[in-house]
Amino acid sequence: MKYADEFRDKTIAQGLARAIGAEAESQREYRFMEFCGGHTHAISRYGLEDILPANVCMIHGPGCPVCVLPASRIDMAIRLAERPEVTLCVYGDLMRVPGSQGKSLLSAKAYGADIRMVYSTLDAIRIAEQAPNREVVFFAIGFETTTPPTAVMIRLAEKKWLKNVSVFCNHVLTPAAMHNILEGPDIHNGGRIEIDGFVGPAHVSTIIGTKPYEVLAEQFDKPIVIGGFEPLDMMQAILMLVRQVNEGRYEVENQYSRAVTRKGNRRAQEEVSDIFELRDHFEWRGLGLVPHSGLKLKQAYAQFDAEMRFAMHEVRVADNPACECGAILRGLKRPVDCKLFGTICTPEIPIGSCMVSSEGACAAHWTYGRFRDHQLRRA
Amino acid sequence: MRAMAYQRKLDIKNGRVDLSHGAGGRAMAQLISGLFHEAFGNEWLARGNDQAAFDVGAGRMVMTTDGYVVSPLFFPGGNIGSLAVHGTINDVAMGGARPLYLSASFIIEEGFRFSDLKTIADSMGEAARAAGVYIITGDTKVVERGKADGMFISTTGVGVLADGLDLSAEKARVGDRVLVSGSLGDHGAAIMSRRQNLAFETEIVSDSAALHHLVALMVAAGGSSIRVMRDPTRGGLAATLNEIAHQSGLGFRLQEKAIPVKPAVAAACELLGLDPLHVANEGKLVAIVAPDMADAVLAAMRAHPLGCDAADIGEAVADNHRFVQISTSFGGGRIVDWLWGEQLPRIC
Ligand code: SF4
Repeated sequence: MKYADEFRDKTIAQGLARAIGAEAESQREYRFMEFCGGHTHAISRYGLEDILPANVCMIHGPGCPVCVLPASRIDMAIRLAERPEVTLCVYGDLMRVPGSQGKSLLSAKAYGADIRMVYSTLDAIRIAEQAPNREVVFFAIGFETTTPPTAVMIRLAEKKWLKNVSVFCNHVLTPAAMHNILEGPDIHNGGRIEIDGFVGPAHVSTIIGTKPYEVLAEQFDKPIVIGGFEPLDMMQAILMLVRQVNEGRYEVENQYSRAVTRKGNRRAQEEVSDIFELRDHFEWRGLGLVPHSGLKLKQAYAQFDAEMRFAMHEVRVADNPACECGAILRGLKRPVDCKLFGTICTPEIPIGSCMVSSEGACAAHWTYGRFRDHQLRRA
Repeated sequence: MRAMAYQRKLDIKNGRVDLSHGAGGRAMAQLISGLFHEAFGNEWLARGNDQAAFDVGAGRMVMTTDGYVVSPLFFPGGNIGSLAVHGTINDVAMGGARPLYLSASFIIEEGFRFSDLKTIADSMGEAARAAGVYIITGDTKVVERGKADGMFISTTGVGVLADGLDLSAEKARVGDRVLVSGSLGDHGAAIMSRRQNLAFETEIVSDSAALHHLVALMVAAGGSSIRVMRDPTRGGLAATLNEIAHQSGLGFRLQEKAIPVKPAVAAACELLGLDPLHVANEGKLVAIVAPDMADAVLAAMRAHPLGCDAADIGEAVADNHRFVQISTSFGGGRIVDWLWGEQLPRIC
């Protein structure tokens, strides 16, 4: 805890808040998106919005991989799990995520599907070894941080000659999503993107490095600061963003240099590119189809690809038309602007991606921050 | 007179429960007398009736019941047996009552080891004796393998409540203090640390304990200035305070830095992506106390070993939205909401 406490010191936080307040020009607004769920969590958990000056606002980004996983992929997984020979291994966070018919993996399990909650890819290997007659499928999801463990799992299955293991691959790429948010459909019809800069992913960048963001900063004239998940990391990253905006710079800077380098983890990158390749496009809940934003297994590993192995059909499911996630992710709207917020869309029954996990924009606001709406109204 | 047929002794060391032990025959009688009576030892059980008759002191009676399905059955700081005794005693005690008697019902899987059963029964007996409470009636059922995850226990408790004492959430008033009896999240963190697939080295021990002696001291010190008491089990402090907020129509404002959480528990929760305020306790209580008596009640709590880390963590405030809010040690604010869904670690 000692290590962590250094990054949560109230006095230092107040010092940083004063610095941000002093440097932020009072006549303008600064609107920054924190990309990761981990960032959103830090903001909500520590109440950073109360510490930051009023003209510096944070927009919650696509959150975590659970939030952006489209209902169609959940539907596909449910159909897969309903096959009598299949044992589906799933991270716990995914269990409650609703598919299109309101059905979730949790309810499929209650109806008899063999779905196991696991904590790591290695659990799936263990289950496959113990049950050689079952088709064990790992529901792989996550940004670049979680792809290497899936690669390791496939390698291990190969080494152990396991014939009953496969992966339902839903790994996605963060720079592609950032690109999509910045490019946004609105921009073509005169719409705006109300984002002045990004606090870029921490853990993801330990793998891919800071380099992949450079073209984004350049192409869209947006500063990007890679920031850690501790609250003081966030504050410092925000200060760095304010400075870039003030000085008219659009660079990729690295606040999280204790873990992130420009080039990232080469070995992990190679491990991943040996086994995975880009999909033409992948659907993101809230963003729609995003080109080159997802990974699939290479042909050489087709036997480990559940989509091939079980001839799984792609399905498309439209998001609820009233859901404003897309606009929220582009900084154009806030959760309270959605008429479903807190009425029919709550963390218990999420309608859109931003409500699915506590790290999504709507769920974070509902769970931690909604008291501020009432304070505002009262004021 | 016909001689008693020969019956082999229970082989506690190597034996296992089989379906005959729940079938109502002699095997069951032997299990009950050889294992449970031995462990719980009291005059009511010794009479061997299907029910127990007992006297009740003056005052109103209090009754509660609870099922225990904890997994794993054995965890640092206790097992399902001690938990089933402590948990039900605490439910009686939170009303301000004095717990007297318990019943215990066991659903056991065939194949369950006698040795484990004995350990569990013994720790129930021990927990009851230490608490001055008797397990006076019970039931045993055996189900097929795989049907009960080892074993489930249900316990029912009765106690008496002194005249004039009536604790209830709607009695809370603006300005009341929120007291907790000690560090939060120990039980849940201990269980999580032992869960299969998630074992990590920690020194975290469940806080499972019977709180009625602590409650008696508090009632003696504070009487009806104690508005309501709850034990924050599932859903942790967050769920308990949200419940009280809803029932009382008030909000709460807490100070994060005043809330006791052990460093090891905080670290484990961090690792698992949990909030200690959502994690279960089995030997802690929350009391809402009138402001003028709060210090006296707090002093009484601290005088008892189970309350030595007791703390005043915040106050009841007027709030139509009934929010439980916390001032973070970082200087910001946030809501402490009910937990939604299963509490599971984040994956990224
Ligand atoms: S409140 Fe629900 S429906 Fe509305 S934008 Fe958020 S997630 Fe979508």
